[in-house]
Amino acid sequence: MSEQQNRRDAYWKANLKIMAWCLVAWFVASFGLGILLVDVLDKFHLFGYPLGFWFAQQGSVYVFLIVIFFYAWRMNRLDHEHDVHEE
Amino acid sequence: MELQTLTYLVVGATFVLYIGIAVWARARTTGDFYVAGKGVHPVANGMATAADWMSAASFISMAGLIAFLGYDGSVYIMGWTGGYVLLALLLAPYLRKYGRFTVPSFIGDRYYSRTARIVAVICLIFISFTYVAGQMRGVGIVFSRFLEVDILTGLIIGMGIVFIYAVLGGMKGITYTQVAQYCVLIFAFTVPAVFISFQLTGNPVPQLGLGSRVSGEDTYLLEKINQILVDLGFNEYTSGARARIDVIAITLALMVGTAGLPHVIVRFFTVPKVADARKSAGWALLFIALLYTTAPAVGAMGIYNLLQTINPPDTPADQTLAYEDRPDWFRTWENTGLIQFEDKNQDGQIQYYNDANPDFEPIARARGWEGNELEVDRDIMVLAGPEIANLPNWVIALMAAGGVAAALSTAAGLLLVISAAVSHDLVKTVFFPRISDRAELLVGRLAAVVAILVAGYLGYNPPGFVAQVVAFAFGLAAASLFPAIIMGIFSTRVTREGAVAGMLTGLIFTFGYIVYFKGIFITPLAEDIPENWLFGISPEGIGMVGMVLNFAVALIISRLTPPPPPEIRELVESVRVPRGSGTAQDH
Repeated sequence: MSEQQNRRDAYWKANLKIMAWCLVAWFVASFGLGILLVDVLDKFHLFGYPLGFWFAQQGSVYVFLIVIFFYAWRMNRLDHEHDVHEE
Repeated sequence: MELQTLTYLVVGATFVLYIGIAVWARARTTGDFYVAGKGVHPVANGMATAADWMSAASFISMAGLIAFLGYDGSVYIMGWTGGYVLLALLLAPYLRKYGRFTVPSFIGDRYYSRTARIVAVICLIFISFTYVAGQMRGVGIVFSRFLEVDILTGLIIGMGIVFIYAVLGGMKGITYTQVAQYCVLIFAFTVPAVFISFQLTGNPVPQLGLGSRVSGEDTYLLEKINQILVDLGFNEYTSGARARIDVIAITLALMVGTAGLPHVIVRFFTVPKVADARKSAGWALLFIALLYTTAPAVGAMGIYNLLQTINPPDTPADQTLAYEDRPDWFRTWENTGLIQFEDKNQDGQIQYYNDANPDFEPIARARGWEGNELEVDRDIMVLAGPEIANLPNWVIALMAAGGVAAALSTAAGLLLVISAAVSHDLVKTVFFPRISDRAELLVGRLAAVVAILVAGYLGYNPPGFVAQVVAFAFGLAAASLFPAIIMGIFSTRVTREGAVAGMLTGLIFTFGYIVYFKGIFITPLAEDIPENWLFGISPEGIGMVGMVLNFAVALIISRLTPPPPPEIRELVESVRVPRGSGTAQDH
């Protein structure tokens, strides 16, 4: 029982760490680059897009997609590493 | 072929398709009815979630909102997509593991409290009805504009279609119908966008076209829009006017609200495994992103086309479009009242400029302009897009089918969570715990019928709160349900007293703040302007503050009350690991 408990705790800790990094990426792409730093980034251009504007209306969505698929892939591996995956 | 006939044909064909799917995917058990038997493939579920999620507002109104708000419209793009990250990381896998049918069941079980469950049901019903009334309204409007029937007839047809596949098919019928509806709506949205982008910039991909140069010129499209708008006294398109704190608050409230909307959450109960729930959120966002990254291009190109029409290039700034020379689409949409012209200075020309800008006033006076003469409804950017770009009639017919698909798919999803909350959380759990599976299925269907009738009535006689969907539905979801679910998963210490107090605080505060500025049931108590707002946060963004209050109250009260019983700790720990999610279960 306690061995299983330890395994669960270790799994949960590892999960929280991955989650935290993913949330950092989520926050930086939207609130950081798309809102707080928008004036600075707008001095640079991505083709015809001011860079901050691009993040706010395009880039943030692409980052969100990468974050979700990365998390799904990483967690799938973590489930197996800690032997808590579904049968 | 005549546009009218073609529209009837295209819309009629999609209806036959939806009903066919519904008959094929009839629900036979409560499991089928509430969560499609938990056998939906993650990609199909992603598509269904996308259709469920993208409402009449996403399809018809969002691009137009962005067109007139420019950078400030970004809150909708980031807010309505960023919520899926929260769903995938913080909610979906755990709620799928928990494996019951509804959101209130989780809240009721985790907080070992019938009160918590009932509070959750009340939040859910209020949020969902606000939302569904707007959808029914959308169905009525699309019908009346494209098929020239009156709104009531349009509503009744819409209600009939939803009735057939929601009541008959339950979640199973809805899911597979939504897959078809997604295909219809995304095709209808992107085809005109591709044509318009190609016409303007030579690049057929709208996401790239928006960053390209205008065809045959050396200037970038966005630069040009900025220039034209500034010359008319408006702000630059790519810079915002809204206070930064409010942009942050609205974006966060929309993100958290999205993740807290019951009809979105419940979609992740339908996949076979926990791993599928994580992946499915990604697929959902991919399908949503196709529309959401296209919409900024549709908006910007729409406003560009409009401005070019009113202020033809290569003519002096004081020479604008003569009312006599207005194009055909202008005449068509004038008839619907979505474009209105009033010749204030009696010169026979149309002037569109920012008459609220005092710095521009002298310039306008020198040109003999006496106020802005053109009122354009934002919905026009999408609805009239194909006509403005001179696209063939079948594309216009497709727009009608797409708008109806967007509204119907969302309405059906909402009606189902309402009926599930009533039959499963109220009738079965609170009043008649011994009810049989068959009887519960019947109650669920009856509840869906009643919900459709109420939604239809609200769509026909929309009460004031329907216009405030963004503030009410998202704000309340963010302030009430989201924090309760999150704390239920990530803390073992939050108690029933804490959760109930937190939900009520978030709910009452947010509701009160919105009513205070928007009126709705009473006359507004203060003018809805930034000077009056708390910390400069508008009613649209106040759900963020409600959420923070909910968390704070729940955590403090939990410290002061006895900890949850040991079996709750067991429940939380089992929700956190994927193993053992296998079988669908009822209780």
